[in-house]
Amino acid sequence: MKNHYELIIIGGGAAGLSAAVTAAEHGIKTALLDEQAAIGGQIYRGIESVPEERGQQLGSEYLRGRPLAEAFHTSGVDYFPNTQVWALNKQREISLTQDDEAKTLSADQVIVANGAMERPVPFSDWTLTGVMNAGAGQVLFKSSGVVPADDVVLAGSGALLLLLASQYIRAGVKVTALLDMSTLGNQISSIPKFPKALLAAHYLIKGMAYELEIKRAGVPILKGVSELEALGEEKLESIRFKHKGSYKTIDTDLLLTHFGVIPHVWLTQAAGCEHKWDASQQCWRPKHNDWGQSSLDGILIAGDGGGINGARAAEFAGRIAAIHAVYALGQIDKHQRNRLAAKDKKALVRERYIRPFLEAWFAIPPEVLATPDNKTVVCRCEEVTAGEIRETIAKGHEDSNQVKFLTRCGMGVCQGRQCANAVAHIVARETGKPIQQAGLYRGRPPVTPLTLGQLADLFPQEGEE
Amino acid sequence: MFKQLPFDKENAVNLTIDGQAIQVAQGTSVAAAALSCGLSYTRTTPISGAKRAPFCMMGVCFECQMVINGKPNQRACGTLVEEGMQVEIQHGAEAYQ
Repeated sequence: MKNHYELIIIGGGAAGLSAAVTAAEHGIKTALLDEQAAIGGQIYRGIESVPEERGQQLGSEYLRGRPLAEAFHTSGVDYFPNTQVWALNKQREISLTQDDEAKTLSADQVIVANGAMERPVPFSDWTLTGVMNAGAGQVLFKSSGVVPADDVVLAGSGALLLLLASQYIRAGVKVTALLDMSTLGNQISSIPKFPKALLAAHYLIKGMAYELEIKRAGVPILKGVSELEALGEEKLESIRFKHKGSYKTIDTDLLLTHFGVIPHVWLTQAAGCEHKWDASQQCWRPKHNDWGQSSLDGILIAGDGGGINGARAAEFAGRIAAIHAVYALGQIDKHQRNRLAAKDKKALVRERYIRPFLEAWFAIPPEVLATPDNKTVVCRCEEVTAGEIRETIAKGHEDSNQVKFLTRCGMGVCQGRQCANAVAHIVARETGKPIQQAGLYRGRPPVTPLTLGQLADLFPQEGEE
Repeated sequence: MFKQLPFDKENAVNLTIDGQAIQVAQGTSVAAAALSCGLSYTRTTPISGAKRAPFCMMGVCFECQMVINGKPNQRACGTLVEEGMQVEIQHGAEAYQ
């Protein structure tokens, strides 16, 4: 069959690339589908086109993507760039649009390696132009060499803020301040996780080195910031926040925020994979075993799409899932599988040592996740406010999907990607029930918008080719 | 808000954004080009007409939808610049009609 592969990998980041290279080494007929124009995912975005100087500014962790990209290009894997996957089902049929044309592929094994996105956390007037995700700022720098023109304030909680600040400083960008919104409570709750984190001391040292680099550049790091607000008429003019008991204002036309990252669950949800709430990572993720096998036969999950462990872990997980796929395809036996994956499995365990500590240290306070200000727009697409959501809950609709039906929150073009988590947190907080009960929006295909014309392409009329 | 770092002019691409002729490096996304040429917003919303600009730069928020070569609802963050490209701000619900 022309459109059938032994293995299809969805996503061209660290996990997808390493899975593809591994599968190809075992002679598996493999395709890799990626929504971007070039491989690398978000972490290694622009890795093939980045000029040398910028590569150095972005740092050594970023440059780890280079050998991976090179290995992929010599692997002989069928590569589909600019490809939106909008459906996946139990039969492992994949519907996609590439260059405006819809088509369907199928596979014996599928590895979903679609990575993570920044956790959307609505706060007062976050919809103003001039407010963006910190990851967005980093993508602009990596792939396009575009950086803040005048000054920038970074705010939120997460290692990315330290990394981005140091990258900006190396590129000569003026960072006005870094507002750390992690709390004292975080530091206390992370203490029991610290001994295990010491086993991955290189990450702790790296974090401290970034912080030192930022302080040396004269950039103030304000700890324990809360109640962040964006202010401005038509665009961002200033920000306001609480620090050490008093409110402060900084004039700026650019605020980059970061509240951690969460797995992309829309495709695995629409496919019917079972998901679970991960309290430590504060997100839903697809269930999978340590080979990446999800609850659906032949659908494997690798990388941050299955839970946040970072780019290095994703590379190991991609290889592990690919080796399992080779086994499932009958090319190797169980003993060979276990032997071939042993090194990566050990490496993955080591790579996760730091995670519980980081998750506790950078946890987002529950009150921040639940959008305290009723005037704040939660659904950016349909412009539904936290107040409207609370009114709906007060009428007895104590479930994310009911809120969605009644308010249109999550029915816009992003299909709930930006509001789903916030709505679940609001429902949980208002009702006092666990977030699992509030639930996540049900995801259904198509998971990205497509036109009726593209859909019709799948069913050619008689007389057409 | 943003600026483009110096780039090799041999790799320059010429395009028009909101009537403004600009030159950016090959491999730049339309959203990055729009931000670096000083555009303060890239679409207005169909509901209230509020001005919005690229937010996530990774294809999930759909805030960067623009009219590219006459075609509406294109995610500018996932579209690379091409020579002679015509990019317009997307105004509200008009784009859906």
